[in-house]
Amino acid sequence: MMRFLLLFSRQGKLRLQKWFTPMAEREKKKIIRDMTTMVLARQPRSCNFLHWKDLKVIYKRYASLYFCLAVDNQENELLALEVIHRYVELLDKYFGNVCELDIIFNFEKAYFILDEFLMGGEIQETSKQMVNRSIEASDMLQETMEEYMSKPAF
Amino acid sequence: MPAVSKGDGMRGLAVFISDIRNCKSKEAEIKRINKELANIRSKFKGDKALDGYSKKKYVCKLLFIFLLGHDIDFGHMEAVNLLSSNKYTEKQIGYLFISVLVNSNSDLIRLINNGIKNDLASRNPTFMNLALHCIANVGSREMAEAFASEIPNILVAGDTMDSVKQSAALCLLRLNRTSADLVPMGEWTARVVHLLNDQHLGVVTAATSLITTLAQKSPDDFKTSISLAVARLSRIVTSASIDLQDYTYYFVAAPWLSVKLLRLLQCYPPPEDAALRSRLTECLETILNKAQEPPKSKKVQHSNAKNAVLFEAISLIIHHDSEPTLLVRACNQLGQFLQHRETNLRYLALESMCTLASSEFSHETVKTHIETVINALKTERDVSVRQRAVDLLYAMCDRSNAKQIVAEMLSYLETADYSIREEIVLKVAILAEKYAVDYTWYVDTILNLIRIAGDYVSEEVWYRVIQIVINRDDVQGYAAKTVFEALQAPACHENLVKVGGYILGEFGNLIAGDSRSSPLVQFNLLHSKFHLCSVPTRALLLSAYIKFINLFPEVKATIQDVLRSDSQLRNADVELQQRAVEYLRLSCIASTDILATVLEEMPPFPERESSILAKLKRKKGPGHLPDIDDARRNVNGSTEPSENTEATKKSSPSLMADLLPTNRPRPASSSPIMLSAGTMGSTHPFTDLLNLNSTPPSGASLLVDVFSDISTAAPAEVCEENFLRFVCKNNGVIYENQLLQIGLKSEYRQNLGRIYVFYGNKTSTQFLSFSSSVTSSDTLKAQLNVHAKTVDPVIEGGAQVQQILNIECVSDFTDAPVLNIQFRYGGTLQNIGVKLPVMLNKFFQPTEMLSQDFFQRWKQLGAPQQEVQKIFKARHPMDTDVTKAKILGFGVALLDGVDPNPANFVGAGVIHTKNTQVGCLLRLEPNTQAQMYRLTLRTSRDSVSQRLCDLLSEQF
Repeated sequence: MMRFLLLFSRQGKLRLQKWFTPMAEREKKKIIRDMTTMVLARQPRSCNFLHWKDLKVIYKRYASLYFCLAVDNQENELLALEVIHRYVELLDKYFGNVCELDIIFNFEKAYFILDEFLMGGEIQETSKQMVNRSIEASDMLQETMEEYMSKPAF
Repeated sequence: MPAVSKGDGMRGLAVFISDIRNCKSKEAEIKRINKELANIRSKFKGDKALDGYSKKKYVCKLLFIFLLGHDIDFGHMEAVNLLSSNKYTEKQIGYLFISVLVNSNSDLIRLINNGIKNDLASRNPTFMNLALHCIANVGSREMAEAFASEIPNILVAGDTMDSVKQSAALCLLRLNRTSADLVPMGEWTARVVHLLNDQHLGVVTAATSLITTLAQKSPDDFKTSISLAVARLSRIVTSASIDLQDYTYYFVAAPWLSVKLLRLLQCYPPPEDAALRSRLTECLETILNKAQEPPKSKKVQHSNAKNAVLFEAISLIIHHDSEPTLLVRACNQLGQFLQHRETNLRYLALESMCTLASSEFSHETVKTHIETVINALKTERDVSVRQRAVDLLYAMCDRSNAKQIVAEMLSYLETADYSIREEIVLKVAILAEKYAVDYTWYVDTILNLIRIAGDYVSEEVWYRVIQIVINRDDVQGYAAKTVFEALQAPACHENLVKVGGYILGEFGNLIAGDSRSSPLVQFNLLHSKFHLCSVPTRALLLSAYIKFINLFPEVKATIQDVLRSDSQLRNADVELQQRAVEYLRLSCIASTDILATVLEEMPPFPERESSILAKLKRKKGPGHLPDIDDARRNVNGSTEPSENTEATKKSSPSLMADLLPTNRPRPASSSPIMLSAGTMGSTHPFTDLLNLNSTPPSGASLLVDVFSDISTAAPAEVCEENFLRFVCKNNGVIYENQLLQIGLKSEYRQNLGRIYVFYGNKTSTQFLSFSSSVTSSDTLKAQLNVHAKTVDPVIEGGAQVQQILNIECVSDFTDAPVLNIQFRYGGTLQNIGVKLPVMLNKFFQPTEMLSQDFFQRWKQLGAPQQEVQKIFKARHPMDTDVTKAKILGFGVALLDGVDPNPANFVGAGVIHTKNTQVGCLLRLEPNTQAQMYRLTLRTSRDSVSQRLCDLLSEQF
């Protein structure tokens, strides 16, 4: 199973964290620190896999963001890489040419999309169309743009 | 601030995020956050009821603040309110907050559970999905208790929407992982297996994950999934790429599902049914064939997905380890990848080949790639790839290529990354030892290790070389000569000084004939390093010097001068000072004979598995295993009784007590007094100085056994190290390794016994497919019935499970049954065998009798075969109370006033077996002067006398 997914910038700023197993806050912070230092220190054109404790860490950089996924030791690394890619595609589809700022300002959406795709550390739906359809369906339930603009700023 | 293209956004939130981003400093950020927190707090506390939107916005802000790394201690209640809202957007945010900030507050959990319950019952698939996600995200026990029985119904109900089925399957999987005991198996399990046939591939994917996890725990219940999985897999691999519509990923048909199915099949051995088996083989061949086809796309996603399936297929082939052709094909495929331009593929090929190297079918084929792997070691730019290359070289090493591989690793070590040096050192040390044909090569290799990477040579490594040199007299002279030469280098590593000091101290005499390495030259050479060394090394050197005094009387005066100098006698370090004082006194007052006895050559170490191996395993093991204090580990790696170590560390007033310096490796069992080591020769490795009455607390380091080879799935050797400890006691730890601890509590009455076996999972990860059974030799089967209750196939991390063994003694016996334990940890099968301490004396009933009765029976049992006598040396201090306790623990009554000599011990008892009862009398006569015992047993059966005598004589 997948254990956690972290998104962080080249400066090591965490943009999204998803933990699939319960963990103490302190432990989480330590892992975040370990992952950012480890991954950011990697040379370009290195392989995308690392061993960390008893886990495999799979990471990939998309523009300014690093996606870093830790999985159990018997998991398939290449497919984990494609889990990341599929998530990027989903974000891309939703935001239209996604960038780091989209994820910062709409972090809740990034979580919702992830939840449609992964669950309990396993892949839930691999079809891009299916995931998009359910995200669109839930967006239909949201307020309209006019409603949005009329809301107070504070 | 980017415009939100669709859906709703929260302007207030966006503004707040912008503000935070505009903060120039950390302080400004914290100030802004505190302001916001105060604002939200006042809104939540305010009299005015907040509308849903504001609540949502503020909860979202809190979430954002939390994700920035700040603590949030309020807002949970508002989040629960949102979660119970009828508005989807509010509900969604409420669930998100709860999922991210799990709170164990029980009142809150009840409210959350209530909300979840309503949503699950709502029949609205979107709401149901949110609720199921929340359960899976939080996954707490309370939630499992509330919903574990309901979710299976949702999963298999005919009218459940596909997307809800997917969520339900994965939610159930999550609960099964965290609280398996709460997820009831039942009628639904059979129906879950049939989801493998579902029309909807998303449902099949989710169900396959669930089934795989369940099958790992109870393979037998899910056997029917094999044929369904093979059928499904076969349909996928033969489908045209467009057939599966959106489940085709970059021209690869359902890669995720394929990999999951292949993983599911790895829970089982190859199918027994021939047709099924050949269908599976066809699938695997098709996958291997596809790897040779030209790519359908240049995109890396295409090749990744395709190769992901290929690697998983290879894993299954390796797991089955039964089809030589497939194994060889897999190996050749990986061989191609070894030279692929994609770094990822080279990395994975090296990794997979490691497992192939351990299969007898493919080991030779793997070996043909040795040059490529060595080349990878030299040329790969990426350290993690080089690390895999080291692993593979280690895995493919055997007698035929050991010299080449060790040489390559040594030369790589000179430039290797610091992060992996220690591991390489351990590997080289292990290979050099394992495949040494002549031990001169071994000694050279280790000295090279110290020369190249001295800082990374851990104690285990240099202890081990000393252990080997001491045990093999054919290499001692060579070792002495080599270290002598190595020490002549102007700058040599401290570890070399340690090895040199130890070896010359023991075997310097073997090269003293040569005038270039005369005693004085040896001493001067060692002493020239003295001042550059740390305190422990100096302490070791001082011990080497006193050994020199024994070996070479001609340098006695020189050494005494050194010991006498102020820098020694008044050294600020108490350990060094004490050694100097005591050694000096010893050299002055002791006669040559006493010196020769005290400073006799070290006795051979008991042959044990290398502690280096244990160290390597420890390194490779899960990161959160407790570190075992290396300082308390002696050369064999068995941890010494801590009192012992403390005794030597304290500046003990006894002259003798400190003769064996703490920093010198020593045989496992030797007491701190070298004298006893000298007179007793090689003692039993597990005679325990504390022993017996003090049942060590579970997990006590006393019983730690780091050697048992558990990381391989090969049939385990039966561990019987602790067997003899249980002769006189019934409870304690019988086995322990890195992963597992086995404790026993036993009770016996007449010819019946019951043992409670406790299996403790020391890791934080589950043991899967756990099983344990008891086997007996054919002879023993007729003499002893052992019935083992079954155990739960899963042991959670940190948890302990209990197994009950019922035992019936039919007739007297000598063998012992073996407890066989198997389980899966992190994908590898662990196999452990432990000799169960069920001995004949356990079925003793003590018998009290008067002196005259005793002697009358003693005479009746006078036939020569009825008596067995043994005279043996004491292995433990001869303490009357301890001896009494042992005899009582043995099961007989201790009869006072029977023997005319009050120092002797006399006991009587009856062995109960189903067929017969055997009366036993015993007498133990200690001779404190000679440190000897005489043990006499008389019973009506010769086999009983013999067995009891053997058992008891090992205890003193």
